Amino acid sequence: MAQIFHPSFNTLSKVSIFGAVFFLGAAVWGWDMLLRSPYNTQVDVAREQPVPFSHKHHVAGLGIDCRFCHSSVEDSSFAGIPPTKTCMGCHSMVWKDAAMLAPVRESFQSDRPIPWTRVHDLPDFAYFDHSIHVKKGIGCTTCHGQVDEMPLTWRTATLNMDWCLDCHRDPAANVRPRARVFDVHWDARGLDDAERAALAASYDVKSRLDCSTCHR
Amino acid sequence: MTNAESPRTAPDLRAIDAIRAELSSARGDDFWHRLEELSARPAFQDWLQQEFPSQAPRFVPALERREFLRLMGASLGVVGLAACTRQPDERIVPFARAPEYVVPGQPRYFASALTLGGAALGVLVESHMGRPTKIEGNPDHPASLGATDALAQAAILSLYDPDRSHSCLRAGQIDTWSAFTGELSGRLERLAALQGQGLSILHAGESSPTLADQLARLSTRFPRARVHRWTPVHRDQERAGAELAFGRDVGTHYHLDRAEVVLALEADLLGSGPGAVRYARDFAHGRLGRAGAAGMNRLYAVESTLSLTGAMADERLALRPSEVEGFARRVARELGLAVEAPALDAFAERFAVAAARALDARRGAGLVVAGREADPAVHALAHTINYELGNTGATLEHTDPLDDLARPAAADLRALVEDVRARRVDTLLVLGGNPAYDAPAELDFAGALASVPFRVHLSAQVDETSALCHWHVPEAHALESWGDARAHDGTVTIVQPLIAPLFGGKSALELLAFVLGEGEKSAYETLRERWRAKSGLAGADFERFWREALHDGVVAGTGAPGVEVHLRSSLDFGASPATATGGLELALRPDASTFDGRFANNAWLQELPRPITRLVWDNALLIGPRTARERELENGDVVELAHEGRHLRAPVWVVPGQAEGTLTLHLGYGRRRAGALGTGVGCDAYALRTGERPWFVTGVELVRTGERHELVTVQKHPSQEHRSLARVATFDRFRADPLGATRPEHGTSELAPPSLYPGFPYEGHAWGMVIDLNACIGCNACMIACQAENNIPVVGKGQVANGREMHWIRIDRYYEEPAGTVDERVTVVHQPVPCMHCENAPCEVVCPVGATVHSSEGLNEMVYNRCVGTRYCSNNCPYKVRRFNFFPYADFETESLKLQRNPDVTVRSRGVMEKCTYCVQRINQARIQAQKEERPLRDGEIVSACQAVCPTQAIVFGDVNDEASAVARLRKEPHHYGLLAELGTRPRTTYLAKLRNPDAELSGT
Repeated sequence: MAQIFHPSFNTLSKVSIFGAVFFLGAAVWGWDMLLRSPYNTQVDVAREQPVPFSHKHHVAGLGIDCRFCHSSVEDSSFAGIPPTKTCMGCHSMVWKDAAMLAPVRESFQSDRPIPWTRVHDLPDFAYFDHSIHVKKGIGCTTCHGQVDEMPLTWRTATLNMDWCLDCHRDPAANVRPRARVFDVHWDARGLDDAERAALAASYDVKSRLDCSTCHR
Repeated sequence: MTNAESPRTAPDLRAIDAIRAELSSARGDDFWHRLEELSARPAFQDWLQQEFPSQAPRFVPALERREFLRLMGASLGVVGLAACTRQPDERIVPFARAPEYVVPGQPRYFASALTLGGAALGVLVESHMGRPTKIEGNPDHPASLGATDALAQAAILSLYDPDRSHSCLRAGQIDTWSAFTGELSGRLERLAALQGQGLSILHAGESSPTLADQLARLSTRFPRARVHRWTPVHRDQERAGAELAFGRDVGTHYHLDRAEVVLALEADLLGSGPGAVRYARDFAHGRLGRAGAAGMNRLYAVESTLSLTGAMADERLALRPSEVEGFARRVARELGLAVEAPALDAFAERFAVAAARALDARRGAGLVVAGREADPAVHALAHTINYELGNTGATLEHTDPLDDLARPAAADLRALVEDVRARRVDTLLVLGGNPAYDAPAELDFAGALASVPFRVHLSAQVDETSALCHWHVPEAHALESWGDARAHDGTVTIVQPLIAPLFGGKSALELLAFVLGEGEKSAYETLRERWRAKSGLAGADFERFWREALHDGVVAGTGAPGVEVHLRSSLDFGASPATATGGLELALRPDASTFDGRFANNAWLQELPRPITRLVWDNALLIGPRTARERELENGDVVELAHEGRHLRAPVWVVPGQAEGTLTLHLGYGRRRAGALGTGVGCDAYALRTGERPWFVTGVELVRTGERHELVTVQKHPSQEHRSLARVATFDRFRADPLGATRPEHGTSELAPPSLYPGFPYEGHAWGMVIDLNACIGCNACMIACQAENNIPVVGKGQVANGREMHWIRIDRYYEEPAGTVDERVTVVHQPVPCMHCENAPCEVVCPVGATVHSSEGLNEMVYNRCVGTRYCSNNCPYKVRRFNFFPYADFETESLKLQRNPDVTVRSRGVMEKCTYCVQRINQARIQAQKEERPLRDGEIVSACQAVCPTQAIVFGDVNDEASAVARLRKEPHHYGLLAELGTRPRTTYLAKLRNPDAELSGT
């Protein structure tokens, strides 16, 4: 009976078996890299806005507290985006003719809101509550990064579930004194591990890992 | 068309003979090849299917297998690629100028009221950023005490109904409000010159003091205008009964908490009618089944159709509607009143004597209630018995009637039609209601209406009446308009809008203000003016009064004062009514879902299983088992009813507990113009309803048509098959042997049977729920509250028929028949079944992707974004509480419906399993609130949606680890048990057995 397979098939089959594992692995790795890349997570991607609002100018330059604009951060799940009226509180007096602020004036006059682009956008099946994190001593910059250095705002965290869980598994690492929650200059090295653990205990931090904590 | 359905022809034997001949020569491989080839021949196939029709293909596949696989692969690829997009950009749209007190992400609650059947139910409406999403009861309102009924829960969906009328219509064409007012004002000026001669107003107003005030003021501008009122579910019988007994109309409300013995005569006082929610609460509190309870009230029910009240009764007697008066007479005579009584059959006689003795023994703590549908004589007899036994003033109170109208509703409408026929009506304003659909059949209201020279209809939908009118004006929903309304005891609530009219609707108050010559005066101004005058306050005092009334949801001190009434001295009930002739009787009842037809387009209500029958998306002619056997009728057979020349076709449904010889049909179906969902659902019972006999007719002819109609029920099996799912015991046995009374014959009573596996230590909270079957009246409110809270979609009749309904909590209804008795004496037990949150959950171990897992607090969690839809969990769930989205049931398209959704709960899409979560969003919110306030969670702080709505407080939720919690205390009751606990699932949702308090004199037959 004649040979069906040529001897070179021995090599070919070895290469393809190894190749299958390798290429499959590479594909999975590549896919994962893509998912974690800024292309997907939008980390470090400055987002365009209807008005080029600069946190750097308002926070670092003028020293305005986070809560001046994000006023419901201590009371509600949603930190709050300021109504146009808050902007106009100052900008009816300063920079009142700036071309850059035309959409703001337009919004105020016509009573039509400004449609901001959401920078930190969780999927619709994840429910996050700002107020409880603030209460437990998690500072703004822990998740939102050095907002005071952002001319336009971008994400510094992936907002992937593993990023959430990293902190929920070890919340003490990110707890700071309540008085410093809105302090953009807070340096986590200001406390050692034992002090942070004591702080977390005194704040009764019980970060939960049950699915229904965020998904419902 | 398949061959299986084609007429069978004799198989062609020649074909098979030819094949045999061909094969006989072949051997080996050749034989098999030839066989294959032959079997593919059309001739052979034809022969095969003629010979064995059952093996013919059931349906011809539209696709070849390969084609199917190719398309499947392609769609998988396309869908897969589509899933690879990045999350789309989302906008945040803040206010330009933020209103005060609106905190984004936090709901606010406003007190208001919803009116139905002549009385208001106080509610608190949850509002998220200006959109009302959920209705809760108002704890401060006497009719609610924090609970609501199913119809009030569904009102939120009616508000967002996309089929609501969107604009004014003139002769069916879109027009504007200003064009309407322009045309109307011209006519009104002309009518004013004639002192209103020719102006008639027909309204459907229910217990609004301001509306009554406006209508009274009409006579200043139009002294000769006529005002009529029609609503099909009226209190004409009650009114006539009061006039018979006292010589005047009175309002009557009950104090069921003070009543130890209640006799309900054709009265569904727990399930329907003014005050039902409050009555259910009071009734349940009078029969709390707890260890050591001293006593329990006893309910005797006499009715033609098994109602929720009858299902709760300790003793129930099924009588034809025409026999109820005779029964009431017999009870009265037994109590020593000079009333003539007919002879009753043996059991009814014993029942009457037993009920009379029980009432006699509890003078001042007994109560006889005649229902809305009972004859005036029955009402008068009930009044007389209550008066003579000293119950009046103790267990029931009389007030002035809540609406002081000149005439009963049916007579009032007849007067209008007579006016129209005599050409005395030039302009007819129909404010609300739908008389062209629901007017008494003999009036031919639609025909009369068409002859009025100028007619206007204000209604929420373009309905049967609107279609006949020159002008249709969209009516604002109760949640969109200002108004006021009285509760069953007279307490007034200011109705406040939660949202501006979505579709530019107007309220009756606004239209009437225009008619009164006040121009475009808002309902708000009208209302405040009326209350300023009524309260006698001004300036800051009035503002304080107004804000308090709005905040509390009740206007302080408006409860109707009691009036003292005396029986007419000349009261004489005369001779007993003639006994029924033996023909069929037809009872007509408002429907639990559509009521009088107004909710026909409400999908939540249509899909809500009707009490007792558990039918959805239909009404059916209810018939007793014996009558059905005699007439050879089965479920779904369509019959034709005839009465006095009027005809109606309806499918029958056999219900035990129905008085034999009695048919029951619910109103509110067979709508001809009700919107996309309600049109053409069921059959129109109004076709046989007359003004003279609104609630039952005798001598009905029934003819089989031979047709069938598919009726869909969510519960096909009526019996527990001795499995002790819903446990029942008598109160006396329970008192003598608390533990033994409810122990099942088979299986174990242990909640946690021994296991080889170590248990999981639940430290901290351990959530659990106890459902008290003794309190549950089966009213369905929990089902629909859950639907509103948790964004549960509806699936439609066809999907329900496939068992794909989506309700997270269902109510199982079991019939128990006392051994050796007839069907009429069946008893019923209701059992709400949500997810059991088993500690050893069978669903969790079979999920291949970890989409259903257990929380550290004992919740059986469902993670939608992990679920791939294998449905193994559902297969493995012994309670069948898991629901699967076979199709994208949730409506992602209709804009108005999106407004209703609870923003705290994910809207599920196709291919995802879902089930009861114990309202985990409410648990999380309460927990966060407690943590922010740096205090432990309090017992009773977390209230699940089903618990909040329950009129009888049958559902209790809480922390079973907390010894002091209500739920932990109930779990220590001797009659506490777990459903199918013998399976070792260790359910967290558990039950208290139902206790009955039967009359010893009646039991044992």
